[in-house]
Amino acid sequence: MSDFWTSIGIVAAMAGVTALTRYAPFLFFGHGKEPAKWIVYLGKVLPPALMSVLIIYCLKDVNFLAGGHGIPEILCIAVAMGLHVWKSNVLLSLGVSTVLYMILVQTGVFVF
Amino acid sequence: MLKALRKSFKYSLPILFGYIPLGFAFGVMLQAAGYNAIWAFFMCVVIFSGTGQYLIVSMLAVGASIPSVLLTTFLLHFRYFFYGLSMIDRYHRIGGLKWYLIFGLTDETYAILSTEKPPEGITRQAFYAAVTFLNHCYWIIGGVLGALVGGILPFSTKGIEFVMTALFSILVVEQWKAHKNHLPALIGFVLPIISLVILGADNFLIPALLAVSVVLMCMKPILDKEGRLL
Repeated sequence: MSDFWTSIGIVAAMAGVTALTRYAPFLFFGHGKEPAKWIVYLGKVLPPALMSVLIIYCLKDVNFLAGGHGIPEILCIAVAMGLHVWKSNVLLSLGVSTVLYMILVQTGVFVF
Repeated sequence: MLKALRKSFKYSLPILFGYIPLGFAFGVMLQAAGYNAIWAFFMCVVIFSGTGQYLIVSMLAVGASIPSVLLTTFLLHFRYFFYGLSMIDRYHRIGGLKWYLIFGLTDETYAILSTEKPPEGITRQAFYAAVTFLNHCYWIIGGVLGALVGGILPFSTKGIEFVMTALFSILVVEQWKAHKNHLPALIGFVLPIISLVILGADNFLIPALLAVSVVLMCMKPILDKEGRLL
């Protein structure tokens, strides 16, 4: 937990940039204007790249040499992805993989 | 307005079933990180982004630097720019409500508003506003509920933070399906691992984000061929 003003700063930074990305097209492009080609290009390639980056971000503190050895994480990511390829149901994929993960870490089955 | 809310409700139902549990998980994680329901309410109101708010919990927990929050949020939410772009014509000349509608343009709200037509008997702007507002309420209710009851649930919530990893995992799948070329996804996978190995868990994110952005820009001549790769 961060102190009060650090927390406010982090929340304000995220809220500000989030609003900016939403407002920018209306502020800068308006009716009938096209954005630059490189912006359109980044709009296509950034989303798939960023999702991969954020998976690594989620796994950054996992210790593959001790504790659960990353097995619950890798296994549950595989379950989430597999279920999503199969059923394409967001809540199902999230729910099953998260509950499975909670069971695995709470019972410590892979801690050896 | 009440009529608009009533008529728009059924269009927002899928979002109700999505946002309450997702918001709830956010609230539970947030209170586990030491923040109460007032914080949850405040964040759901001013940020209103699932991916962003899951991320912010881990950033608050370690007291992330403001530049890293700004950069990560900017790149993560770059997609909103394109939602907005495709809504410019739809949101043209609909009055002052437009500024709230743009603020509330989440992935899910976009998905409904860009595909559904307003039901009979209410105006286009009333429909847009009602759906956006209902979704915003669901998100706030989920978040506040999670923060309120997260600490008193009869079972341990240890491990619930995995919902963020799971969310990004399924987004990888959706992005994979949506694009023919998987090089951007692979670049986004490999470069952060290199950065993580070299710089360690606390410092790897900004260099990784910059490296991914620069490499993708440099690869524009290869990747950006009309109708071929993307």
